[in-house]
Amino acid sequence: MSEPSLDRRAVAPADALVRGAWLLDPRSGIDGGGDVLLTAGRIAEIGPPGSLEPPDSAEVIEADGLHAFPAFVDPHVHLRVPGREDEEGIDSGSRAAAAGGFCAILAMPNTDPVVDSAPVLASLRERAREEAHVPTGFLAAITRSQAGTQLTEMAELADAGAAGFSDDGLPVERAGVLRQALQYQRLCGRVLALHEEDATLSASGVMHEGAVSALLGLAGIPSVSESTMIARDAALAGYEGGRVHVQHLSASESVAAVEQAKAAGIEITAEVTPHHLTLTDDDVRSLDTGFKMNPPLRTEEDRQALIDALASGAIDCVATDHAPHSREEKEQPFEVAPMGVTGLETAFAVLHTELVLPGRLALAVLVERMSAGAAIFGLPAPALRRGAPANLALVDLEAKWQVGEAGYESRSANCSFAGRDLTGRVRMTIAAGAVAYRERSFAIEAV
Amino acid sequence: MRHLISIDDLSRADIERVLDRAESFAEVSGREIKKVPTLRGRTVINLFYEASTRTSSSFELAAKRLSADVLSFKAQGSSVDKGESLKDTIQTLSAYDPAAIVIRSPHAGAAQLVARWSGAPVVNAGDGKREHPTQALLDLYTLRRRVPSLAGLKVWIVGDVLHSRVARSNILAFSRMGCEVTVCGPPTLIPREVEALGCSVRYTLDEVGEADVIYALRMQLERMHGSFVPSLREYATRFQIDARRLSPSQLLMHPGPVNRGVELDASVIDSPQALIVEQVESGVVVRMAVLYELLAGGRADDPAAVREEVPVVVEPQPA
Repeated sequence: MSEPSLDRRAVAPADALVRGAWLLDPRSGIDGGGDVLLTAGRIAEIGPPGSLEPPDSAEVIEADGLHAFPAFVDPHVHLRVPGREDEEGIDSGSRAAAAGGFCAILAMPNTDPVVDSAPVLASLRERAREEAHVPTGFLAAITRSQAGTQLTEMAELADAGAAGFSDDGLPVERAGVLRQALQYQRLCGRVLALHEEDATLSASGVMHEGAVSALLGLAGIPSVSESTMIARDAALAGYEGGRVHVQHLSASESVAAVEQAKAAGIEITAEVTPHHLTLTDDDVRSLDTGFKMNPPLRTEEDRQALIDALASGAIDCVATDHAPHSREEKEQPFEVAPMGVTGLETAFAVLHTELVLPGRLALAVLVERMSAGAAIFGLPAPALRRGAPANLALVDLEAKWQVGEAGYESRSANCSFAGRDLTGRVRMTIAAGAVAYRERSFAIEAV
Repeated sequence: MRHLISIDDLSRADIERVLDRAESFAEVSGREIKKVPTLRGRTVINLFYEASTRTSSSFELAAKRLSADVLSFKAQGSSVDKGESLKDTIQTLSAYDPAAIVIRSPHAGAAQLVARWSGAPVVNAGDGKREHPTQALLDLYTLRRRVPSLAGLKVWIVGDVLHSRVARSNILAFSRMGCEVTVCGPPTLIPREVEALGCSVRYTLDEVGEADVIYALRMQLERMHGSFVPSLREYATRFQIDARRLSPSQLLMHPGPVNRGVELDASVIDSPQALIVEQVESGVVVRMAVLYELLAGGRADDPAAVREEVPVVVEPQPA
């Protein structure tokens, strides 16, 4: 079985000395000041502050007062290519990722046409080799046209470099079909990333079912719509000895279902989005379509359960579910507007501001969870380690900024956090050995 | 008050002011010439994206009796049919500098969007299943004329609460006025956690005898896509208000149009306890009062405005 493949455009490998940053890589047990020397895109040396001298050809990145983290990995984004290039592209989406400190992203296949055949996948990979600012992988659909009835050519797609399989946006409704996909997983490897939702329970729902939906007269999506499907699919994975990854967990019942499955020894992982960790259905009272997404924002109790689960590791990683939508489509009544919000550029800052600064989540835990998606999809985890490819996010944890004040790198602006004041700003991202993003105001002193 | 979007935005004093104003307009309605010049030379736009008879006609009459020019749009046959977005429609209509926009939409929050996109005061004439605030105000008005005080009244709202914007506005309105509100219907038609609106929930009519007012909701047959009730026959046996269930001391209300033989039995519709006809009659004066409140109410301390209006509008009496 081949490795999942990520693609990006040709880049010049970095030769640089990152001087004076606070290095934090929980997985490598690093937490202290130091210099990092990058040679030909790899970490050549890590030493105490001031101990490393740059070679003549290297640029010096003065990172005094900044934190250096292993750059982030987002296993769940929508790049809208092919089909909705007006909303996002590989170029703009991966630039948004780089600006958010991400060194790798995985795109979902619910495009138009759906990524359900090797030729469509191959054309995307080709475009990524021309456009992508950070290594970008593409998941393929589990079922043809995401219709939920017939498996895609999973083995061939895996050989063609699919980073995983998902019908994201839709559940695999039929248990029998998911079972077959789990059987096929033995042949093609790769994780099955599942959007868990019972369509008969969600029905025409547009927000979480609860007191707020009762007040607004909006059809609700009950929490059990998600948790019952997780329980079903965990049982199927256990029965077939397969591996599943649950996307965008939203409810406390879902956390319980994942915990139960893990305790039973089932190979299951889970992700959670920054918006589900920081917002609730109370925000929907405004009927602002910037708070409309699927799964919906749930209650404060759910939010607290998600934070606890992220802290404990019951939820493995953060994923943004970056879902760009055009302004016209979002400027409609709540019930009509499409579901989804952007998140790549704000993910770290939002979680740092809302969870780390108030003391709800340790910085080290957040940093670890921001790149833990890599291992789930069989990708090497970014690390501050000698010999590793350079994947660094340089972050100013003190910097205050307002979301959207200078526009977005993304082609779309449907961000739940628009206008919010955040603390913590990515100044520079080095992805797979090359500088992928530098904030304009971040001065660089060449030697 | 700048807009009327949700009952939740109104204080008890706001509601009482509007109801008092409606009383004063009721006197005008009794005259030979039913018009007052308050909105002379100004334009009220009625924008109806959903079928409506009584709401749209009573808004039109209310605006005309205030001497406003009225432009009424129905979604059918307008550029909405050609795919124009709500935003573009509102911006186009706003170019006519309307004094107010009245909107009925199948979608919750539409009135709020109109308020954002237009400079004009906006009246929500029903937004999806969310709210229908002028209906709630006219219900309060009607009831207040029949009872000495609203405070402490036990009101049962019976039927399809799930799909009812009238129910939502009325739960908020009745409880704001100090009534004790109970909603009752089959569990499939009662929204989860509806208690958060300030009401209690019953699934049978067994204790409906405690109610001072029974407010029956229309079974929204057009919204019954799923199997919300197994059959209308069974629904009627358990939830229909008939002569057996309605006691002589209770009042009966219904927002109309009535599905005879479903939520109400014919015998109670014409009973002396039924306020259904009065509810319809109240529609015009209450909507006049709402338009007045939004368009002229804020000018109360402008002496010129008061001079102009004193002869034609009887100032409200203390309730």
